[in-house]
Amino acid sequence: MDALTLHRIHFAFTITYHYLFPQLTMGLALLIVVLKTLALRTQDERYNVAARFWARIFAVNFLLGVVTGIPMEFQFGTNWSEFSRRTGGVIGQPLAMEGVFSFFLESAFLGLFLFGEKRLSPLAHWASAFLVFLGSWISGFFIIVTDAWMQHPVAYRLLPNGTYEVSSFWGLMMNPWAWLQYAHNMCGAVVTAAFVMSAVGAMYVLQQRSGPYGRIFLRTGVIAGIVSCTLQVFPTGDLHGKYMAKHQPAAVAGMEGLFHSEKGAPIVLMGQPDVENQRIDNPLAVNKVLSFLIYGTTAAEVQGLDTIPRDQWPSTLPLLFYSYHIMAGLGTYFALLMAIAGVLLWRGALERTRWILWPLLLSFPLPYIANTAGWMTAEIGRQPWLVYGLLRTSEGYSRHIGAGTSLFTLLGFLGMYTLLSVLWVILVWTAIQRGPEAPAEGHTTAALAS
Amino acid sequence: MAILWFWIVAGMLAAYVVLDGFDLGVGIIYPFVARTEEERRHALQSIGPVWDGNEVWLLAAGGTLFFAFPLLYASSFSGFYLPLMIVLWLLILRGLAVELRGHVHDALWRSLWDGVFFLASTLLAIFFGAALANVIRGVPIGPDHYFFLPLWTNWRTGASPGILDWYTVLGGVMALVALAMHGALYLAYKTEGALLLRAHQLAKALVVPVAVGALVCIPATVVARPHSLENYTAHPASFLAPLAVVVSLGLLPRFIRAGRALAAFLCSCAFLTAMLCGAAAGLFPVLLPSTLGSAGDITLASAVAGPHTLRVGLAWWSLGIVLAGVYFSIVYWLFRGKVSGYADTYGH
Ligand code: HDD
Ligand code: HEM
Ligand code: HEM
Repeated sequence: MDALTLHRIHFAFTITYHYLFPQLTMGLALLIVVLKTLALRTQDERYNVAARFWARIFAVNFLLGVVTGIPMEFQFGTNWSEFSRRTGGVIGQPLAMEGVFSFFLESAFLGLFLFGEKRLSPLAHWASAFLVFLGSWISGFFIIVTDAWMQHPVAYRLLPNGTYEVSSFWGLMMNPWAWLQYAHNMCGAVVTAAFVMSAVGAMYVLQQRSGPYGRIFLRTGVIAGIVSCTLQVFPTGDLHGKYMAKHQPAAVAGMEGLFHSEKGAPIVLMGQPDVENQRIDNPLAVNKVLSFLIYGTTAAEVQGLDTIPRDQWPSTLPLLFYSYHIMAGLGTYFALLMAIAGVLLWRGALERTRWILWPLLLSFPLPYIANTAGWMTAEIGRQPWLVYGLLRTSEGYSRHIGAGTSLFTLLGFLGMYTLLSVLWVILVWTAIQRGPEAPAEGHTTAALAS
Repeated sequence: MAILWFWIVAGMLAAYVVLDGFDLGVGIIYPFVARTEEERRHALQSIGPVWDGNEVWLLAAGGTLFFAFPLLYASSFSGFYLPLMIVLWLLILRGLAVELRGHVHDALWRSLWDGVFFLASTLLAIFFGAALANVIRGVPIGPDHYFFLPLWTNWRTGASPGILDWYTVLGGVMALVALAMHGALYLAYKTEGALLLRAHQLAKALVVPVAVGALVCIPATVVARPHSLENYTAHPASFLAPLAVVVSLGLLPRFIRAGRALAAFLCSCAFLTAMLCGAAAGLFPVLLPSTLGSAGDITLASAVAGPHTLRVGLAWWSLGIVLAGVYFSIVYWLFRGKVSGYADTYGH
């Protein structure tokens, strides 16, 4: 493999792995605030116990998010130095703001939230949970502003030395792409947290563990799930797709596998893109739906790949197609599952209905897959551009770092992250097995009061 | 404006060294001063609520460097590729060790993470010291502003040095003893009993090596990079930095002997800051000197970002740093005093 490919895999692997943790912590931070609010409102101690249980799971995931996030901050410089040199004046800004505005906030108040319950008043403890939530959502915002600028560069100016700088700070922050992406992405984080919470609830109920917690988790998870899964598809996913069709037609055509422009374009639900012959094999298509989804009328013409010069086609087309279809397919499944669970919850039958508890239990890995597939769609769809229309990926990498060196550190990360995965499974599984009612064990070390 | 950002980035790096320095230092001396299970727990509790926040200074400084001096960020991060990746792996392992040790109640599990904590902290201190020394000595920057440094060549300074040569190894050792002392002073301030006593003894014993190290480093720097003297003679105000080094080192043993733990710790903070200021003053306005002749130097003027970027940056940065100060004050205030005093409210 050549150096460029290895640098791409290097970045893709480490970022994908990193995002496994923030998607849960960002969503869970919100649900913990909900539980703490319920505890304050109802004065029911069970909500505090529930919040404490989720705080333990949060802490493990937060730690892994932190240790895998630090490499991300460095990799722009190590693996994408030419990109950093040229665009640092723009994207360095939101990245630095993330550190200054959110990581300080999160790291300070997470300590207080985890260890300070006895020295803070209930209201102050609620506030510390809220600030952790705020910090993690601000963090998500700045990182998405960064990514959105790469997808859809705005508010920049080219300097004589060939580098870019910000021409308008608010222009950068108010990038419409960023807000659409942020809404959709944060919603996706809540989907992950809602599924994880419902799965633990379903497991406790199926195990017939005594105590109210199975029920509390199930109810909170399913309600959050209904809201977030609905918003995920409509309006956030829908609007994002429409905006993309305007600004990244090549990516949309690739996602949908539309090789030829068409009036009343069909939507392909399933199929295998055959790039050589420019067609979809075994297509399962519904006529005119794509035109309708993008333009609101079945007659509109959708731009196909044939209108785009070949050297600007997304470079790994089939992967783009599959990623997008996996995300959208799972999104439909999530919305359906949560809707059914919601009806049963409303009727008071959810806990007795084993045929819905099982899917709720088993589905918790799927939002992780959907979120990852969503990012693959976004990032592969952007290819061959690193910054859309401005800088090609092949121009941005660190030429001085050979393929061998990049492979060496990629293998190092693979090994390190395998270790992290093993630890994650052990720690989360132990916490779930011990359950919310387990007594506080020892006054052990730092952040993971278990 | 560029000068202001130079000192902002330098200041953030100094904050990182002073703050994360003490928790790295705790890691270095940990197996020697904390012997019983309770002592180890106290040592870890003393840094538990703050280490992550301290580490954020590194990230924030890195981010600030990225947007204020993109060329420097691009060139140095790719040039130091391999050692940076090793630093990342060590940071990962160390973070895991601090947090996961207490998670499973098993002696073997704890010994494992104790060992990882010690090793990773020690190696990180050495790496950071060597990194600073690399920046002072300079690297072979090519005409395209990039370079790639092998880990070692012939252990000499000169036109094509390695990341490790006699000078940078000296820097690594210096950082190791200085941070070990810094950590010992912090522990002496935060703990009680036998742990306090041992930390106190160790700090006292380390003052001499630190002083010797500092005195050796100054002439060594002149040998490794003769240019550094020019800045000092051109701007005599720079001599304040070495002066502050001497004063803080002179005061340290007194405070330690008098048992004034906080004063001694703050003195050590001042010492580290003065050392870094001295290094920065010797470089300025060069950011990364080239060993292939000063035409290749990465300077303030060649690396700085566009004027508008810097102007907006200043607005949000000032606000953000005030907020960060507030958070730090709250956390350090709530977890003030000796560790044993808050041990009971630790955990749930
Ligand atoms: C639980 C996760 C999840 C689910 C169920 C969905 N998505 Fe999604 N999607 C994401 C998680 C996600 C994401 C990880 O959050 C992405 C990646 C980048 C981004 O901002 O959000 C994303 C990106 C993303 C993009 C933009 C790709 C780009 O920026 O290039 C579009 C057009 C959609 N989604 C559309 C949809 C539609 C129409 C869905 C429903 C059927 C859907 N997504 C379900
Ligand atoms: C968690 C979410 C993310 C995932 C899963 C993800 C995934 C990927 C993938 C799969 C690639 C490789 C694409 C290819 O080479 O074909 C990639 C490349 C890249 N991504 Fe992301 N990405 C994420 C978020 C981000 C963010 C937030 C940024 C910017 C701040 C970013 C910046 C980059 C860069 C610089 C590259 C390398 C250049 C390139 O190949 O285009 N990514 N990412
Ligand atoms: C290239 C892209 C990325 C970089 C450079 C990056 C950097 C980092 C760093 C340095 C940390 C550790 C902070 C600490 O020490 O407290 C971190 C954690 C975190 N990151 Fe990322 N990150 C990236 C992608 C993402 C994405 C795509 C998201 C979500 C949208 C995200 C959300 C978070 C959150 C919420 C945390 C807090 C820790 C946690 O909740 O697990 N990051 N990130």
